[in-house]
Amino acid sequence: MAGDTDYGKAALDMIKSDFKSKGPATVEGVLKQDEAQRLCSEYPTERPKEVAEKIEAEQLKLVKYPDGAKYLGKWQEGEKIAQNGRGMQSSDPIGGTNGGNCYACHQMTKEEISFGNIGPSLYHYGKLRGQSEEILKYTWAKIYNSQAFTACSNMPRFGHKGILNEKQIQDVMALLLDPQSPVNK
Amino acid sequence: MRHTSHYVIATAIIVAAAPAIAQTSVTDEIAKYRQLLADGNPAELWEMRGEELWKKKDGPQKASLEQCDLGKGPGVLKGAYVELPRYFKDVNKVMDLEQRLLHCRMTLQGLTREQGTKTPFASAGNPSDIEALVSYITAESKGMKMAVTASHPQEKTAYEIGKKIFFHRGGAHDFACATCHSTDGQRIRLQELPNILTKSNAQAAYTTWPAYRVSQGEVRTMQHRLNDCFRQQRFPEPLYGSDAITAVTMFLAKNAEGGVYNAPALKR
Repeated sequence: MAGDTDYGKAALDMIKSDFKSKGPATVEGVLKQDEAQRLCSEYPTERPKEVAEKIEAEQLKLVKYPDGAKYLGKWQEGEKIAQNGRGMQSSDPIGGTNGGNCYACHQMTKEEISFGNIGPSLYHYGKLRGQSEEILKYTWAKIYNSQAFTACSNMPRFGHKGILNEKQIQDVMALLLDPQSPVNK
Repeated sequence: MRHTSHYVIATAIIVAAAPAIAQTSVTDEIAKYRQLLADGNPAELWEMRGEELWKKKDGPQKASLEQCDLGKGPGVLKGAYVELPRYFKDVNKVMDLEQRLLHCRMTLQGLTREQGTKTPFASAGNPSDIEALVSYITAESKGMKMAVTASHPQEKTAYEIGKKIFFHRGGAHDFACATCHSTDGQRIRLQELPNILTKSNAQAAYTTWPAYRVSQGEVRTMQHRLNDCFRQQRFPEPLYGSDAITAVTMFLAKNAEGGVYNAPALKR
């Protein structure tokens, strides 16, 4: 649809002229979409199967697994990351420590009752799945690049976009998978 | 007086929220609490100050805003807000309330754009005339139905661009407005999120802005609400009174068509 494309271009022009870079949130950062962002904007609610499969295959290739296959860190640190909603906002400092803000969208522990529902409940995540290599790899890849399995997932691509570093992802992994973690109690 | 009411409100929030364990009961308590305060919304103080500002001769041209045309003729406030954003022939463009108000302050009172956009949002010890004026103007449409037409070609264009911005995914977190506002029953933490794509949700959301925000002790306008959304979305900062904000507002307002306008409201 030609008309559609024109509105799309007009929208980009408007974002360019009417937004101001501030802190870590830049105009270029929202204007320069990668292929996944572009396709997910074009097909916001539903998309053809082949488009979804293409996104997922491309994103899976972008996953970097941890050095020495060290998947698990400290769940106590992971819990802090799950609670922390800071990072990458125009009000945040550049280069600050980002949170994962997992509770914004997921139930994770019994103790924390203030959780969102945009993502599925992760309570008993490890208890239900165990720690096979397959589960470790899948869970890592899901946190690293959520779109490797679900095109246009609402979940940020924490590793791919550099929101969380390798150590932080290890800690979040432990929160999900360590039998001692409150997630699995 | 302001301080007393803040204290009462803060106490009431704590009392209402503390004993609640299950999430539904927290939400219920907040709704109940809102109802309790509905007859005494501090936003009325902003409305009164706004009325004074509207009528006061001000700016380099020592003029009041009483000749400001918000779309229904100079000085007509009744029902003006429920038809905004709209196309204005004199400037040949679509404007939302805040953009038009800025235009009036510039053309009637002689303010520069810089002066007019200096304090769109109040901070501690630094009140905003805009928040007061917007409170006054919007209150004049209370009880009326949202009636944005989007019939002029430029209005239709603004709507379509607003829709594109709504669905534009980008930035560090891959978020779009749609990430949080295109599915029913979604929640961030305990905060319920309106699905802007359904009429009833869009109506409920749009018709309750501007609002007195208990947590901030200020009346906040629609642009403030959108700014905060964009911030959490990891987008850069929208310029005050810009066409991008008008376009998104047009998309929201049109989706809320038919809803009964009931603001300035009261929010947490």
